[in-house]
Order: sequence, then C-alpha cells, then structure tokens
Amino acid sequence: MPDEQYALEARGIVKIFGNHVALDAVDFGLRAGEVHALLGENGAGKSTLIKILTGAYQPDGGQVLADGQPVHMDNPQQAQTLGIGTVYQEVNLLPNRSVAENLFLGHQPTRFGLVDRRKMERESRDILKRYGLEIDPTSELGAYSVAVQQIVAIARAVELSGKVLILDEPTASLDRYEVERLFEIIRDLKARGLAVVFITHFLDQVFAVADRVTILRNGKLIETRALDAMSRTDVVRLMLGKDVAFSGATGVEDARPMGDILLDFSQYGRKRSVHPFNLTIHKGEVIGVAGLLGSGRTEMARIMFGADAADEGEVAIAGVRTTIARPTDAIRHGFGFCPEDRKAEGIFGELSVRENIIIALQGKLGWFSALNRDEQMEIAGRFGESMDIRAASLDMPIKLLSGGNQQKVILSRWLATDPAFLILDEPTRGIDVGAHAEIVRTINRLRDEGMALVVISSELDEVVAYSTRIVVMRDREMVAELNGENINPGVIVQAIANHHDEELA
Amino acid sequence: MTRRLLSRLANPQLLALLGVLLINWLLFPNFFRITWQDGRLFGSLIDVLNRGAPVAILAIGMVGVIATKGVDLSVGAVMAMAGAVAATLVVAGYPAPVAVAAALAVGLACGLWNGFLVAVLDIQPIVATLVLMVAGRGIAQLITEGFIVTFTDPVLIFIGTGSFLGFPMAAVIALALLVLVTLLVRKTALGLFIEAVGVNRAAASLAGIRSRMLLLYVYGQSGVCAAIAGIIVAGDIRGADANNAGLWLELDAILAVVIGGTSLLGGRFSVPLAVLGALIIQAMNTGILVSGFPPEFNLIVKAALIFLVLIIQSPLASRIMPTRMPVREASK
Repeated sequence: MPDEQYALEARGIVKIFGNHVALDAVDFGLRAGEVHALLGENGAGKSTLIKILTGAYQPDGGQVLADGQPVHMDNPQQAQTLGIGTVYQEVNLLPNRSVAENLFLGHQPTRFGLVDRRKMERESRDILKRYGLEIDPTSELGAYSVAVQQIVAIARAVELSGKVLILDEPTASLDRYEVERLFEIIRDLKARGLAVVFITHFLDQVFAVADRVTILRNGKLIETRALDAMSRTDVVRLMLGKDVAFSGATGVEDARPMGDILLDFSQYGRKRSVHPFNLTIHKGEVIGVAGLLGSGRTEMARIMFGADAADEGEVAIAGVRTTIARPTDAIRHGFGFCPEDRKAEGIFGELSVRENIIIALQGKLGWFSALNRDEQMEIAGRFGESMDIRAASLDMPIKLLSGGNQQKVILSRWLATDPAFLILDEPTRGIDVGAHAEIVRTINRLRDEGMALVVISSELDEVVAYSTRIVVMRDREMVAELNGENINPGVIVQAIANHHDEELA
Repeated sequence: MTRRLLSRLANPQLLALLGVLLINWLLFPNFFRITWQDGRLFGSLIDVLNRGAPVAILAIGMVGVIATKGVDLSVGAVMAMAGAVAATLVVAGYPAPVAVAAALAVGLACGLWNGFLVAVLDIQPIVATLVLMVAGRGIAQLITEGFIVTFTDPVLIFIGTGSFLGFPMAAVIALALLVLVTLLVRKTALGLFIEAVGVNRAAASLAGIRSRMLLLYVYGQSGVCAAIAGIIVAGDIRGADANNAGLWLELDAILAVVIGGTSLLGGRFSVPLAVLGALIIQAMNTGILVSGFPPEFNLIVKAALIFLVLIIQSPLASRIMPTRMPVREASK
C-alpha cells in the first residue's frame, strides 16, 4: 500500500452501538487541497464516521491519523486544536449575538483581561471580506439569511482550525444562488490548500464541487474514487447497490386524454403573500411548481389548502363554488398537504408511526368515531408495506426514523384519507436516494390512478419527469404555465430568470 | 395476558406509592389498620384517599392542559370561587342542586376564559392563567364579602364529608371522575388529538385537527374539575374561605401530573398516573402527620420528592439508566 500523506485519515474504523455495527472496518483518506464528497443513504454511517473524525465518538477499532501521526481525540475541542473544523446543516451559532462575537466566541482577543472589542471587530471585518461578505460585524447574526450564517459558520471553523473543514449537508436549506456562492467559497478554500469533506444528498452538487468521492453503504466502505471517472448513474448504483428505476425522464404521454376538471382557482390570491393566479387542475394530472425559494411557491400551496386563507378570487371544486378558509375545509373536500418543513409542520415527533399515519383520517372522522387500535394497526400496516416504510415497529416514535421514511409516513397519512387532490411541497428535499425513488414512483402511480397533484420542487429534472404541466412562480406571482414540448429544464430556467415584460406563452 | 397486566402495574409511580406507604408503615405501625365505624371506614389509608381527592381531581383536569404544552395556574383560585358561589347561594336559600350547578358553571366559565386567552388570543398559558389566579381569589372575596361564609346545608356537607359504601364521598367522586375522563379521552380520539396538539400544534392544524376547540375543551375541563374540588373543600369545612380554599393547590396538582410522568413540554399523558401522583403526595403528607413529625417537615420532604422526580426525568439519568431498549431503524 503506498503510504500517501493524508491530512486526515481513518484506518479500519469500527464502531458498534449495542449489537448494531455502524461502521465496519472503514478506511477514509483526505488529501490537502481536495474536496472529498462523502455519500451514502441515510443510515449508511456517514454521520458516525464524521463524529469519529471530529472526536465526538471514540472508535471501537482502528485509528485516526492526522498528517500521518496517530491521534486520539476525546472531544471536538481537541479536533479543533488539530486543525479540524465542522459546520453542520443547522447553523449552531448564537443568533442573538453579533457576527464578530460569533466568529471569535471562546477565543476573543483580550486586553488587560477584558475583551478587546475593537480589535475583534476589526479582525472580523477582514475575515468577512475574505469570504465576500460585506456585512457589519457588530450587527446581530440572526438578522441575516441562513446562507450568510452558514458562511459565517464556515469562516469561524476555518479561522479556528485551518486544515480540515467538514461540511455536513451545508446546502440543505439554501437556494440555488446561495449554493453557488457557497461553492465559490469552497473552491477558494481548496485553492488555499484546505482539505474539505462535503456531505450532501444532492448529486448535482457533488459533481459541481467535489474531486473525489467515498461511498458508504450499511456501515461498509464501498468505494473511494476520483469523480471525473464516474457518471451519476455509477454513483447512484454504488450508493444503492442496485440500479434505480427513475433514471431518466419517464415521459408522460401527451396523447393521454385529460380527466375531468377537478379544481378551478380563478384570480385566487392573498394580499402580501401571493398575487392572484388562475389555475385549472384536472383529475389524473400533476402540476409541477417551479421557482426559487421565496418565489411564492409555498405560499401558493398554503392558500390552496386553507392554511392561510385566500382573501381574493374564488375556487370551484368539480364546478361548484366553495370556500376554503382553513385546513379542515380543504380536508373535507378531499385535499391533502405535505408541508415543506417536515419537522416543524409535518411530523408529531413523540407520537408513534402508527398514530402519525392515522391522524389526518381520524381528524376527518372527528372526536367521537375513534379508530380502535386494531383498525389503526391495519391502516398503518397497509401503508407501511405499500410505501416501504422502514421502521423496526409501527409503535416506535416517528422522530427515530430517517427523513425519507418520515416523508413516506406523512404521504401515507394523506393517502389514508383517500384524497382527490394532494399538494406536496418539496417532497424529496433532504431525503436519501432510495426514499426519493419511492416517492417519485408514488407520485407517478397516484397520477395514473386519477388523483390530481400539485408538486413543488427545486429539482427540475424530477419535476420534468412526472409533471403533465408546469407553472413557474417568480416574485410571488405565477409567471408562466408550460406544457407539452416546453416541459424541459431549459425552458423552466428561462422562465424563472425572465423579466416581467417578456412573459412566456 | 397476566404478564402484560403485571408489567403495566410495575410502573414507577405505583412502586413509588408502595414505597411511601411502606415507609409510613415503618414509622407508624398502625398505618395499614382500617376499622369500620358508624357505617364507614376509618384509618390512615382511607385518610390518604379522602385528603388526596381534591388534588387528584385537580390533577385530572390539569393533565389534559399540560399535555397540550400548557398549564393552568388558576385552579386554586377557581376552587375558592366555586366554593364561595355554592356557599353564598345555599345561605341565600337556594336549593343545593342549584348551588352546585352554579358553582360548576362558574368553573366551566373560568376554564373557557382561560382557553379563550390561550387558543384564540394566543397568550402563553402560564401568563393567561396567572390573570385568573390573581383575579379569581379577589372575585371569591367579593362574593363572600370578605367573610368566611358558613352553611349547614346537608347536601353540600355530604359532598364534603359523607360516605358511599363506606368510602369517603370525596374519594368516590374522584374515582368517578377518573373513570369518566379516562373513558372520554381514550375511547374517543380526544386523547390522541390532545397529544398531537401538545407535540406539534402547527402540524396538528395542517392535519385537520381543530386545535382551538381542543384547547377550549381541556381548559374548560380543568375549570370544571377545579369547581368540583372547590365544592368538596367547602363542604368539608362547612364554609367558604375565600382566602385559603385551594391556596397553592395548583402547584400540588402540577406536581402530581409531573410525578405521573406527563412532561411539561406536552405530549404523552396519562390520567390514572396523574391521580397516582396526587396519592403519592398525600401519602407523604399523611405519613408525616401520623408519624408525629412536625408538619414543617412536609415541605422539605415534598421538595426532596420534587428533586428526586426531576433527577429521574433528567437527561443525565436516562443516559445512565436506559429505561427502554434503544429502538433502531430496521435495516433491510
């Protein structure tokens, strides 16, 4: 074995929780000046490996080497002194303190034992400039977008540690432009000789920024390879250990006859939220909604479902005018809604998978016609199987499931109510590839069964694959409706980017 | 089947109650002696049931509120108000059923008021119910015009001190309420909805649960329970004491709920375990009383118990002694 000099290396790492082998003799080598993607489905062992590399966990076997020297890290602080810094998906800084304080927290420059505020702010300004941020270091961090906070977190980690930077799903809550900006910073750090570990679910991003990739599956090392020799399909196949079904657009036959009109929103809108829009939705149709974060996609979904009441325009369901002022109205008419923020608005973390599945149906049935335990088990079991929900037991709290399985549970929750119309807001965001494929398959199946769906997604390839029509949102306004030939990523991007005066047909 | 029953009985609350009773027995050998006299049972154990009933009834109402991530600080004051209303009405010559109905209506109105503040105006529960905690006692004093209103109405006195099949009336009422509320929340979907709202109100609304109605319901229920406890306490002393009736009992009720394993962060709750919590508190009170320790010890022992419960529920403890097997996602 050639003794390559790695900035950070793991050799034969074993980690066992109870009787579950989380990592089984995993090797991982990180070179200075490279961006190294770490991939795997949820539960593959990525987080465990990262926690061992940063001293949060101790390995049960194998060793960690920094610059070729075996090191022992009892806690993340020691990792920091060895030059290893980590930035997590959720920014864990103090939003109510200033940017400068966040950058220097724990190692503030002092004078006569007191914090030298001026020096701290001066140095902060210099650091921020290097990361292309022209912000006031004395202002509160919480006032800035997640993207800016993320960059501050990276700046802090790099300035503190300076050799290895570990990014754990840093892009999950960023929009396209913010991601691009983050990548510029990553490339810059790479040029400065930093070793960067990059964990994400988005394959596009891996190919955009990473040099090499290490793939884990079920706690085992599958492959470490240079990315330029690999295709997307190679990566997905290695991650899943099988070929995926949704590769390439499935293509909806245009010749298929349209179903009856189910919903007709006309001049429907809400002040200071969404401009009035017109949208007719047929049975057996998937309307894809494209647009950047903050373009009004989610707001549109919320007023359709009555989560926020519309204050102008009208809606007709199967030709009958009606009012949808609150979710219960929508649900009575056979609507369902999977919100974007699964944790905050979707799951009931403490409650069981079973209760999470039946809750909307029970809500529809009301207080007094309670489903008994057997009925609940029957329903939950049926969806557990058909949606391939991977849970040790239907009675375990849903918060212990992976993001992808939680999403399948929420989808099942609505399918249990036998809906006619489903609104899915970013149903595949931040979930593993296997669950992703399952959800895309389900969308296709429901459409073919005659359900009407509105699906909001940032993944254009995906929207193109299952939509019969696509509407594009920009600046809280519906700016384009695409069908037929126009359903392709190029046209969508153009529609998103266009100015107001040159509308697309 | 029997094994499942056994494992359900072997919960920490029941073990704690047995432990407290055992200590009481060691300190006071006659603790478990029960005698039959004048058509009713007497003894320290019966005393625990009788004295523990008001807090148990408050806990039955409180547990639903706490499960929705709320708290009802006004129950002590509502007790005083209900007692004052019942007492003044019978003294003014109204029949006892009217007085009782009026007191219950006052309790319900108070609860709905709290529910309105929390559910509709979105005020934090601890602040919303603090309003009535302060104002309620004042209103009670206005009703009684600052006096202790004594009465001789046999029905009210029976509610406070009577017996049914030898058991004290207060305990019988508490048991009936326990059964009623448990059936109400577990045989309908109410319990599930209450837990859902407590765990994640935003998600509950999107799942089509009318969380406002539900909050009104739990606070209303708490108000009615407080009124029942207030009537019992008034009947017991044959008078309404606006200054002292139910004083600080809201804290005992909260403690009972917490001992019963319901988290102040909302979510999973159990009505029977909250009642067990109330009995544990009362068993300690009675134990100190009958064993001849000065009653000042009461507060210290209670503080020690709270401390113990907090330690058991702390994250550190759950790390050291994993009570449940860690559940893992099955890998296929």
